[in-house]
Amino acid sequence: MKTPLALAITAAALALSTAATAQEPQRGGTIDTIIQPEPPGLVLGMIQNAPTRTVAGNIYEGLLRYTTDLEPMPQLAESWEVSDDGRTYTFHLREDVTWHDGEPFTADDVVFSADVFHRELNPSARAVLQHVESIEATDDHTVVFTLTEPFGPFLISFEAGTFTMVPEHLYAGTDFRNNEHNDHPIGTGPFKFANWERGTVIELVKNDDYYEEGLPYLDGVNWHVIPDGGSRAVAFENGTIDVLPSGTVENFDIPRLSAMDNVCMTEEGHEYFSPFAMLWMNNREGPTADKRFRQAVMYAMDREFAKDVLWNGLGNVPLSAFGSNARFQHDDLEPYDHNPERARELLDEMGYDGEEITILPLPYGETWTRWAEAVQQNLREVGINVSTQATDVGGWNQRLGDWDYDLAFTYLYQYGDPALGISRTYLSDNIAKGSPWNNVEGYENERVDELFNAAATAFPDEEREALYLEVQEILHEDVPVGWLMELGFPTLYRCDVKNLVTSGVGVNDGFKDAWLDR
Amino acid sequence: MVYARLVLMRLFKAVIVLFLIVIFNFLLIQMAPGDPAAILAGEAGAADQEFLDQLRERFGLDQPMYVQLWRYVSGIAMLDFGYSYRLGVPVFDLIMDRLPATLLLTGTAFVLSLVLGIVAGSMAAARVKKPSGSLIMALALVFYATPLFWVALMSVVVFSVYLGWLPAYGLYTVGAGHTGFALVLDVAKHLVLPATTLALFFMAIYTRMTRTSMLDAAQQDYVKTARAKGLKPGTIQRRHVLRNALLPIITLAGLQAGQMVGGAILTETVFAWPGIGRLMFEALQQRDYNLLLGIFFFSAALVIVFNIITDVVYRLADPRIKGAS
Repeated sequence: MKTPLALAITAAALALSTAATAQEPQRGGTIDTIIQPEPPGLVLGMIQNAPTRTVAGNIYEGLLRYTTDLEPMPQLAESWEVSDDGRTYTFHLREDVTWHDGEPFTADDVVFSADVFHRELNPSARAVLQHVESIEATDDHTVVFTLTEPFGPFLISFEAGTFTMVPEHLYAGTDFRNNEHNDHPIGTGPFKFANWERGTVIELVKNDDYYEEGLPYLDGVNWHVIPDGGSRAVAFENGTIDVLPSGTVENFDIPRLSAMDNVCMTEEGHEYFSPFAMLWMNNREGPTADKRFRQAVMYAMDREFAKDVLWNGLGNVPLSAFGSNARFQHDDLEPYDHNPERARELLDEMGYDGEEITILPLPYGETWTRWAEAVQQNLREVGINVSTQATDVGGWNQRLGDWDYDLAFTYLYQYGDPALGISRTYLSDNIAKGSPWNNVEGYENERVDELFNAAATAFPDEEREALYLEVQEILHEDVPVGWLMELGFPTLYRCDVKNLVTSGVGVNDGFKDAWLDR
Repeated sequence: MVYARLVLMRLFKAVIVLFLIVIFNFLLIQMAPGDPAAILAGEAGAADQEFLDQLRERFGLDQPMYVQLWRYVSGIAMLDFGYSYRLGVPVFDLIMDRLPATLLLTGTAFVLSLVLGIVAGSMAAARVKKPSGSLIMALALVFYATPLFWVALMSVVVFSVYLGWLPAYGLYTVGAGHTGFALVLDVAKHLVLPATTLALFFMAIYTRMTRTSMLDAAQQDYVKTARAKGLKPGTIQRRHVLRNALLPIITLAGLQAGQMVGGAILTETVFAWPGIGRLMFEALQQRDYNLLLGIFFFSAALVIVFNIITDVVYRLADPRIKGAS
């Protein structure tokens, strides 16, 4: 029961905070944040791992940016057109853009980046480029992509981390991996690379010549390298660090840190990646090769418990293979609720004889270890004879790449479209030893292949939707993998850091608009 | 002259030992599960076969093992340690880049533990059967038995979170732009917690060992003689007891010194100290074999060097040791 005084104070506080959001952005100040783990390098396009994207997304840019609803926004391209047959995409570039070394950014840079640089170095861009017939600069500021056939997710592939624009004048004709500029990345972004003390800090400074009027507000961003999770939490607690990007502290520290004064939390900024946690189930051999066993695993797991206890209630338990940020999600499927009774029935039906199976947890920290323990307990409750095997990252990669597992945790990015982030897990031509990111479970279904392939190139979207809905029904029944959770990856920050997350890739390109109210 | 020959002989043996260590390390690492190319591809979150093949070819992992071994050993012979798979930087540069920070940390801890350990041990030996002597030994036992990472975390909680006296992590204050004396002071402040943490364990061992061997030496006839001729107790302790008690401590100090390059993984991780230990741990996780082998090589070389130094110091401390090498 609140007293009138408390109500008055609350009202006053509300009034103040509304006033604060309406105020003019302030200039200046440097933000201290964390990068974990330390990236191997900063040349986006050559390296696409998460830490490189996070830092270099402020140095490099793509043609487009995406809202938190994954709608395209202008970036280096100020406008674009799609032809009626869905095969020709014309981008009109901004004319006032310069690289950090002062050279102008032109259509030739786009053609070089896409047609030469990414085709040679970048597997995720290659997956898109295989649909591209030609890339042409029709004048200095216009680029035309002609596709071999319509490709639904084409417009969502131009994010900085996937389709980075790299400077032709520094890279053309060189050995890209040994280029002298790799130590000092040159992009078009709001921040310039300043200094990297390996093991300590990466410093970015404001790009004074940035083409967007008045941006950025900050003088710089320092990315601290702190290898221990507990120490990272302490650095945020004692005020050295202003922003904790998602995944930089263990989940069990989050309630404590977010309850501190002047600390805010946001779940926004991961819509583009929308990390989807899954349980690989080996479809080739052992009890997991039986569909009924895999369904039983789904019924046995208490996914809501894992969400509430291990993930602080953040995130989302999915119905099936498509997450909430992927397009064309089927919302009318019977959910695999926690139902141990049903799980036992299925196991009886298939005649499971108690053969022992193993779980490989993801070696990414304490939360994942605990999650594997929780699942192990769930499975034992319905009579599955299961044990956990711990590995490190190298061992985990090897085991999955060699298909040497029964159940294994992982999580995959969805990249805003089923053809980019989801179909890769289920297509049978994506079965190959040696990678933990393809069709590792060994699921083969001709109809599913047909539907996914047709949907990727169907046009317009209504056509795609019908195909994707059907494929979801098949996958829902077959359970090639276990669908655990769409992960909620919160970013923690001091409340006086304003306007931090302004796009669907969050802090990867967010410091552009951010400012400090100090 | 005697020393020069001793050192020369030892160096000659050292080269052979190092050669064997290089081969042994190489073979050992081949046995570990995990393929560097697959891990790099895994980290990138996307990989097609072309990407994996490119990586393997670049690292020479597509060659048979004996070719890889030959390439590596002949590289080492020319002091070429190769490139780090993950970072694409020469291994030698990476190690030299991190070495100063590690030597600062482990060197400080070494001096701190040796000096404080000997002082505390001597005090405990002089106060045997007194409460103050027992207190020193009890403390030493606690430090000896407490896990290093726990001490590290607790010292952060107490001294940087609650008291706010000392920085919690790092080598210097990022963004402060200190230079000259201010920078030295800043680094010194950052050094206090990790160096103390690292020193405690060895300090405890030195304390216990000094006390035991001093009590031992105090029973010897020459001490009785010294006492009989009327020397002051303090002088006896320093000149006759302590000096004779030093040998086992030198042995141990040689061991500790040999660990100076790679022995601080935990401390460097908790305190975000940009040293070799962290580099080694990351290299291990990434299966960055070239880098890992390079660090192993340096650690092994350092152990050998300190073994030679220890042998020389033995002879200085105790002129009775001469031949037998």
